[in-house]
Amino acid sequence: MAFPHRPDAPELPDFSMLKRLARDQLIYLLEQLPGKKDLFIEADLMSPLDRIANVSILKQHEVDKLYKVENKPALSSSEQLCFLVRPRIKNMRYIANLVNADKLAGRTRKYKVIFSPQKFYACEMVLEEEGIYGDVSCDEWAFSLLPLDVDLLSMELPEFFRDYFLEGDQRWINTVAQALHLLSTLYGSFPNCYGIGRCAKMSYELWRKLEEEEDGETKGRRPEIGHIFLLDRDMDFVTALCSQVVYEGLVDDTFRIKCGSVDFGPEVTSSDKSLKVLLNAEDKVFNEIRNEHFSNVFGFLSQKARNLQAQYDRRRGMDIKQMKNFVSQELKGLKQEHRLLSLHIGACESIMKKKTKQDFQELIKTEHALLEGFSIRESTSYIEEHIDRQVSPIESLRLMCLLSITENGEPKRPKTDKAAGKITDAFSSLAKRSNFRAISKKLNLIPRVDGEYDLKVPRDMAYVFSGAYVPLSCRIIEQVLERRSWQGLDEVVRLLNCSEFAFTDMIKDDKASSESLRLILVVFLGGCTFSEISALRFLGREKGYRFIFLTTAVTNSARLMEAMSEVKA
Amino acid sequence: LLILVCRRPRKELLSMNRTKGDEEEYWNSSKFKAFTFDDEDDELSQLKESKRAVNSLRDFVDDDDDDDLERVSWSGEPVGSISWSIKETAGNSGSTHEGREQLKSRNSFSSYAQLPKPTSTYSLSSFFRGRTRPGSFQSLSDALSDTPAKTYAPELGRPKGEYRDYSNDWSPSDTVRRLRKGKVCSLERFRSLQDKLQLLEEAVSMHDGNVITAVLIFLKRTLCKEVLFRELEVRQVALRHLIHFLKEIGDQKLLLDLFRFLDRTEELALSHYREHLNIQDPEKRKEFLKTCIGLPFSAEDSAHIQDHYTLLERQIIIEANDRHLESAGQTEIFRKHPRKASILNMPLVTTLFYSCFYHYTEAEGTFSSPINLKKTFKIPDKQYVLTALAARAKLRAWNDVDALFTTKNWLGYTKKRAPIGFHRVVEILHKNSAPVQILQEYVNLVEDVDTKLNLATKFKCHDVVIDTCRDLKDRQQLLAYRSKVDKGSAEEEKIDALLSSPVSSYSLPLQQSQETVHKVASCVCSQGLERIAVSRAM
Repeated sequence: MAFPHRPDAPELPDFSMLKRLARDQLIYLLEQLPGKKDLFIEADLMSPLDRIANVSILKQHEVDKLYKVENKPALSSSEQLCFLVRPRIKNMRYIANLVNADKLAGRTRKYKVIFSPQKFYACEMVLEEEGIYGDVSCDEWAFSLLPLDVDLLSMELPEFFRDYFLEGDQRWINTVAQALHLLSTLYGSFPNCYGIGRCAKMSYELWRKLEEEEDGETKGRRPEIGHIFLLDRDMDFVTALCSQVVYEGLVDDTFRIKCGSVDFGPEVTSSDKSLKVLLNAEDKVFNEIRNEHFSNVFGFLSQKARNLQAQYDRRRGMDIKQMKNFVSQELKGLKQEHRLLSLHIGACESIMKKKTKQDFQELIKTEHALLEGFSIRESTSYIEEHIDRQVSPIESLRLMCLLSITENGEPKRPKTDKAAGKITDAFSSLAKRSNFRAISKKLNLIPRVDGEYDLKVPRDMAYVFSGAYVPLSCRIIEQVLERRSWQGLDEVVRLLNCSEFAFTDMIKDDKASSESLRLILVVFLGGCTFSEISALRFLGREKGYRFIFLTTAVTNSARLMEAMSEVKA
Repeated sequence: LLILVCRRPRKELLSMNRTKGDEEEYWNSSKFKAFTFDDEDDELSQLKESKRAVNSLRDFVDDDDDDDLERVSWSGEPVGSISWSIKETAGNSGSTHEGREQLKSRNSFSSYAQLPKPTSTYSLSSFFRGRTRPGSFQSLSDALSDTPAKTYAPELGRPKGEYRDYSNDWSPSDTVRRLRKGKVCSLERFRSLQDKLQLLEEAVSMHDGNVITAVLIFLKRTLCKEVLFRELEVRQVALRHLIHFLKEIGDQKLLLDLFRFLDRTEELALSHYREHLNIQDPEKRKEFLKTCIGLPFSAEDSAHIQDHYTLLERQIIIEANDRHLESAGQTEIFRKHPRKASILNMPLVTTLFYSCFYHYTEAEGTFSSPINLKKTFKIPDKQYVLTALAARAKLRAWNDVDALFTTKNWLGYTKKRAPIGFHRVVEILHKNSAPVQILQEYVNLVEDVDTKLNLATKFKCHDVVIDTCRDLKDRQQLLAYRSKVDKGSAEEEKIDALLSSPVSSYSLPLQQSQETVHKVASCVCSQGLERIAVSRAM
């Protein structure tokens, strides 16, 4: 259970500095509008903001009332309005309506728009067209790296996926490059760079350009992180489309982890209240089970419960002095552990209930069959029935995509009902030739099973999918790190349709310590899943590395599908 | 005079091998100092000064204990530190003003806080403006933006004239670079087509989509659409940006023109069709969908669009009718089961479910009859049966359920048949909490013995389990099952009667049956997930 790191595993850099930076910058921006003001915050920015600041900080900087940016008229009576938004057209229209309504009413106020993480020219154009350019002042809050955990940085940009991979818009590439530049400024340059994918290559090139423009900045510093690996999500859709079965992934699939925290409903908390819980390495119970296959979690939790019981029981037969010690020193910790334990047990129960209802077993069986490429007919008819039963359109779509990609993008489309417009886009983006079967063979993604795969003692990264499949993305990373280059992987790269977009860049740096050379920053462009994170954490423990994850957003199969479905304008 | 409150910069930013302990020491023990400065000239020398100043400052540090700060995050980062700094400043300011201006290049990641009386004089803006030049590797401020000159002051708020003249002689690559840095930068001087295209190509080679879009906005404004489209046709990256931009700002007209120009007929059709999402009024939406029918969709999609139109047309009729019936309060089904939502814009299968629920017995001729829906939209048998079953089971209309699976052959014999398999039927019935007698009937119809046993065990159809064991002559399994039924119940008696009957008919279980026992047992276990009794332990 919860394998410890090897003693020689390197220490992780401290990323809390990023939070401080973001907070300080925000405060500075708020002060640019001196005096009392009302703050309008975009819903998507609330959770990230919560992670770095709190209301009292805002109040201290003369934020009076807080509003959510939504399609309702604002009731603010303040003389100064400040908008904290993502650079989106609809936000500009919202602000324009508000300002123009004020103008009509003959009211003058001060307006300030803070774009996070940056402003776009298209937004300014809308402000200009709406005739309010100049009436509002614009600023940028370059908050693009939120440390969600000791080894996980998120840009919290789920729209990156749709914008780049579906629409072909490269607007976030500069944001990525800026984020990497910030990291290299804080933690030293990265002596070894690898990447695969068109977006990875472009981001890398733009980042290099930024570094050149400000050369000398990072050269003198000792690198803290020895390797950086950039990877496009479209190198591996399969992994992201699979149902997750490691605990953290399962919690994400079931309850949706948002910005590092989850809302556990009454069915989990066994009370009438919902509870918002931060899920990270601080939670000692969670930290031990997060990377475990779900089947191990029960055993672990009940063992833990017994231990806890034993510790409580020790108080019997204590004398007064011992009891005093117990209460002052141990009781608090035990209570905390008890609280966490019952929460995760509640979560497990709730997951079990939901999964039993959904015929999870059968679903997983179908997914494994698709991954291995056998009994396609059965899988197809399973998917058909899935549609017929109207289980969930997103789920059906997911299975169809999985079928399509694993069958190399030549979909034997099941007879669908009316999902017409919705599906078309998703298919056209996913259904290019994937060569999945050939890649899987080449990289040995389906482990040969001799006997039962012992999920308690995983032997490879396949454990995150019950031993049935090694995540392609993680395998690619493993192979490249082993070789320190793409050498010998030409065939794989060709099958990934990436011959032009696989790169290695070694910058000779004698100052890099051996410890730093075992730290690897993996950048997922378009999102990564908790299963991938768990798999790489496992790889790290095996090899004495430690991985740091930077993702445009944490994703899962449902989020990918939702990102591709049609939305109202 | 501007007053800044700054946290002492981190001591060992350069040090590679700092430990966690160092970090903590830094964050917790640093002291807040106030200082002043009044100009920003000669940043380079300031930088050197600041290095020296920072080094010498180390000695000043005394340990403050932050323990009482609110800790909220995994990093143990004190979120309340800003307020704390304000208190500190209130005590300190005034005494430590002098000789600190050198610090300004080193402290961009420290906390800024306002002085107790917040007015504009305490603005921190000069701090950011005082950003250091490149070359100061310990300065984090540069990480916040790309050039020292970039200020966080609102550039847009300034009148245009202020920057009009200095952007006139930038080369395309300089212009693109300035755009990338978020600078306002006039593109007006790019007047020849060649210049415009060169600008666009520079932007594309830079990879920054925001800049590509900025150039496209300019091109869209200054080129007629034929020329714009023609040039973009051979520049796919830029073309995709324009399409996305037009979608986002909702310039549907130009978008359709573009698709027309590019001869992307299917996309044109889809893009037109997509507009229905923005039409709320059902009648209007229906009329709009009608205009979509003739569009050049793929053959498959064409049928979908036609169906979409027909479905909405139906729904409008059904909705009007049923709303009337419901409000009249004369119809039993609507009184007993008031409608939860309107049927408008619901998917086909939901509509079918609705009509199986409210209009099951209607003649085929009506628009709302399930059979009519099935025929009109060519709903496959499987899907029809699944939906009808779910609807009738929800109403607990067991006779309808029965009829759904009863077929008569030409000799008049009745036979039970389910296109979806009886195991599915059982599950759906169970989900709708059908009584055991009903479940039992359908569990018995499951052909595969193992599945039948599993289902019977899962849904506590004792008779089926017992009879199946009897038929399998599986004594051991029967014994195992005895513990699952209630003490003193009829089932227990039945098992006991069977077990005590002549042994000869209960020979030793076959290998296969043993497996079945195992399966049943595991099935039983998995049902009652063991709740770990932590709470009791407390």
